[in-house]
Amino acid sequence: MYKVKVFVTLRESVLDPQGKAVTQSLHALNYKEVTDVRIGKYMELTVEKSERNIDEVINEICTRLLANPVIEDYRYEVEECVFL
Amino acid sequence: MKFAVIVFPGSNCDVDMFHAIGDELGEEVEYVWHDTESLAEYDGILLPGGFSYGDYLRTGAIARFSKVMKEVVKAAEAGKPVLGVCNGFQILLEAGLLPGAMRRNESLSFICKPVQLKIETNRTMFTADYEQGQSISIPVAHGEGNYYCDEETLAELKANNQIVFTYQQNPNGSLEDIAGIVNEKGNVLGMMPHPERAVDELLGSADGLKLFQSIVKTWREAHVVNA
Repeated sequence: MYKVKVFVTLRESVLDPQGKAVTQSLHALNYKEVTDVRIGKYMELTVEKSERNIDEVINEICTRLLANPVIEDYRYEVEECVFL
Repeated sequence: MKFAVIVFPGSNCDVDMFHAIGDELGEEVEYVWHDTESLAEYDGILLPGGFSYGDYLRTGAIARFSKVMKEVVKAAEAGKPVLGVCNGFQILLEAGLLPGAMRRNESLSFICKPVQLKIETNRTMFTADYEQGQSISIPVAHGEGNYYCDEETLAELKANNQIVFTYQQNPNGSLEDIAGIVNEKGNVLGMMPHPERAVDELLGSADGLKLFQSIVKTWREAHVVNA
C-alpha cells in the first residue's frame, strides 16, 4: 500500500484572488513580513500496489483529474506503508 | 429541431433552458440524464448552469467524466450545435472542448446581476440574428467566471474570431473581458451569462432569445429544404 499526498496550487503565472485576499488580511493584522500567500488543495490518496509504476499512476491521475494543467501545478509525496 | 438539455446532479438552470426552447421557441426539447449513452436523436445539445457534483474539486471537473460527455464530444465532432452556459461552460472547458479555464471571481464574491454584453461577432450559428457590435442585456450568476488562457491561446482565439461575447463592464476579472467563446469550428459555444434567463420582457430582458433563434435558423437553413 502507498499513502500519497498530493498538493495542487495555482500556477505562478496565474493570479490567485484568494491568496491575495489572505495576504491583505495578514497585512491588516500587522504581519508585514508576509509578502505572498498561495492557496491550494491537499489530498491524501491510499493506493494499492499494482503492476504499474506508482509515479506513472499518480502523474496520470493528477493531470487527468486532480489538477487542471491549464491553471494549476501539482506535486506529491509517496509513502510506502504496511497495514497490520 | 430537437434539443437535449443535459441534466447532471446539481444542475439548476435546466428548467429555464427547457422553457426557453420548448415554450418560447416552440421547438422540441427533452431532459437527458447524465448517464445517457446516446445523443444520436438530438440536433442540438444544451449544457445548463448549476453546481454539478457540488463543484467538488473544480467546477465541472467531475461532470466532465460523466457517461454522456463522450456523446457530447461526438456531437461536437459531428458539427452539431453545443451550448454550455455557466456551469455548462465550465464543463466544456474541463472536457477540453473549449480552451482555457475558470478562476474564482476577482472579488471572491458570487455575482448575480444583469450585465451588458457586446456581440463581438455575429458570424456564428449562435449570434447570426444579432447585429455586429450590438449591446445586449443578459444576467450573470457565478462565483467562478474569471476566464483565463495563456497568451498563445488568446492570440488564436483572436485570430480565429472565437471571442463571441465580451463584458462592457468586466464583473469578474475575466481575461480581455471575455464572456463567451466558440471552438475553432464554431459549433461549440461556452458563455458565463445566462441567455435562457433573458427570453421574455417579463424576466427583465428578452435579449437572449435571439441566440436560440439563431441556432434554429442556422440549423433549418442547413437541414430543411425550403426552410
